[in-house]
Amino acid sequence: MQLTNRAKQVDRKPMTFLESIYLWNIVKGMGITISHLFKKKATIQYPEQTRTFSKVFRGLHVLNRDAEGRENCTACGLCAVACPAEAITMEAAERLPGEEHLYREEKYAVKYEINMLRCIFCGLCEEACPKDAIYLSQTFAPANYGRKGFIYKKEDLLIPHPVNEKDAYQKALGNRVEKN
Amino acid sequence: MYLMAIDLWFILEKAILIACIIGLSFFIAMYTTYAERKVAGWLQDRHGPNRAGPFGIFQPLADGGKLFFKEEIIPLASNKVLFLLGPGLAMITALVTSTVIPWGTPIITDKGSIPLQVADVDMGILIVFSVVSVGVYGIMIGGWASNNKFSLIAAIRGASQMVSYELPMGLALIAVLFMTGSLKMSEIVANQAANGWHIIYQPLGFIIFFVCALAECNRTPFDLPEAENELNFGYHQEYSSMKLGFYLFAEYINMFVSSAVIATLFLGGYDIPFVNEASWKLEPWLMSLISFSVLMAKISFLLFVFIWIRWTIPRFRYDQLMNLGWKKLIPLALLNMIITAAVMLWLNK
Repeated sequence: MQLTNRAKQVDRKPMTFLESIYLWNIVKGMGITISHLFKKKATIQYPEQTRTFSKVFRGLHVLNRDAEGRENCTACGLCAVACPAEAITMEAAERLPGEEHLYREEKYAVKYEINMLRCIFCGLCEEACPKDAIYLSQTFAPANYGRKGFIYKKEDLLIPHPVNEKDAYQKALGNRVEKN
Repeated sequence: MYLMAIDLWFILEKAILIACIIGLSFFIAMYTTYAERKVAGWLQDRHGPNRAGPFGIFQPLADGGKLFFKEEIIPLASNKVLFLLGPGLAMITALVTSTVIPWGTPIITDKGSIPLQVADVDMGILIVFSVVSVGVYGIMIGGWASNNKFSLIAAIRGASQMVSYELPMGLALIAVLFMTGSLKMSEIVANQAANGWHIIYQPLGFIIFFVCALAECNRTPFDLPEAENELNFGYHQEYSSMKLGFYLFAEYINMFVSSAVIATLFLGGYDIPFVNEASWKLEPWLMSLISFSVLMAKISFLLFVFIWIRWTIPRFRYDQLMNLGWKKLIPLALLNMIITAAVMLWLNK
């Protein structure tokens, strides 16, 4: 029975003397390897070069701010509910008078943690968020020596201030501006 | 004629030459490891080591430094004396082989000429063979003294492989000696400079000799004594720190020296091809330098071929190894020898 037309009959004839000294086949093989000497290298020299990701790549989370630098997150907990890996925890607090320049709405997250070891980078938190407060960026979690280092706190996740830290903000945005 | 009339200048000259050659062997061995990794990278579409210094040229220094600082472990059940003797013997035999190789044309001064060869003895090439045979003991002693079954199997394999491949190597060499009529390395080179390289007259002999040299150096496809994946690095499995370094280094020095021997026997030694360099009337020291560089170029090419073969083909099975050695190479070498002898007789009428 023939399943595919790629099947090849195995040649089980005993080797001739010339074949049995392997020389010709070895020379052929050496021809193949030497041709690879001139081929393009597949390596990406990592810290200097980085792989370009697709536009829809889902990497590390970013907690967003609005144009004046106020945190968008209202600690509604929809992202934590949506998260299939249960990687997100948060604690809510009420905005006090005089904190209007820090938080956009009356409620905010004092504590916001994502466990990057649990996270499966599905992006459901981004879809669940009604305030555009969390999105997945183009970078991935760097290596770390301990498990603790993979639990990202609010400070690790927050995007730099758009007014006070302009350059860092632009860098963190990446090519997200073009998307909007 | 005094028996003990030792010329101090002679001793000094030889001592400097020996120091230079040992230094050269170490240097070349170091950078062969670098070349090995670099070429391996290129042949596999990678870059190879490129972080330590520009293009990674300090990589061998880093490797050597790492080996020096590794913990020294000597297994309790091992035979201590032999365990220490193994790597030393491997290193000594690897270094001694280079004594009879002529590295270039002699430097002529007004005091006399200084040959770039430690010992131009009459039995020249036979010294190489006898020392290489002693080199088996480095592997055998190391493998046996480790008191480890993998090492022992590797040592036995290594010994049988070396013995099997020395035969066709010797037979291929005899055909060369028929043509030169001398065992002296300097005369073998002079003969090639006058009549053309031996590789032209002895292509089969060259191939046999080269294959056997691969086997003698335990290089892929004949690296059965090491066999990383079946025998856990074989005879030097129990070795650590600089003792392991000695074994690995001895292997590369062996490669260097066997390339030098092949270049001397078949590729005209330090002879520059296609030109008659005697008509240039250059300064003797410049001539020595050029001839030495030519020899080094030939050696480098052979080393590249060694590496190239390693990253092309997998290891032979033990039965393939023995079949190739005893049933294929020895008959071919005998045939080559008989044909050469017949042709030499016919030419001499």
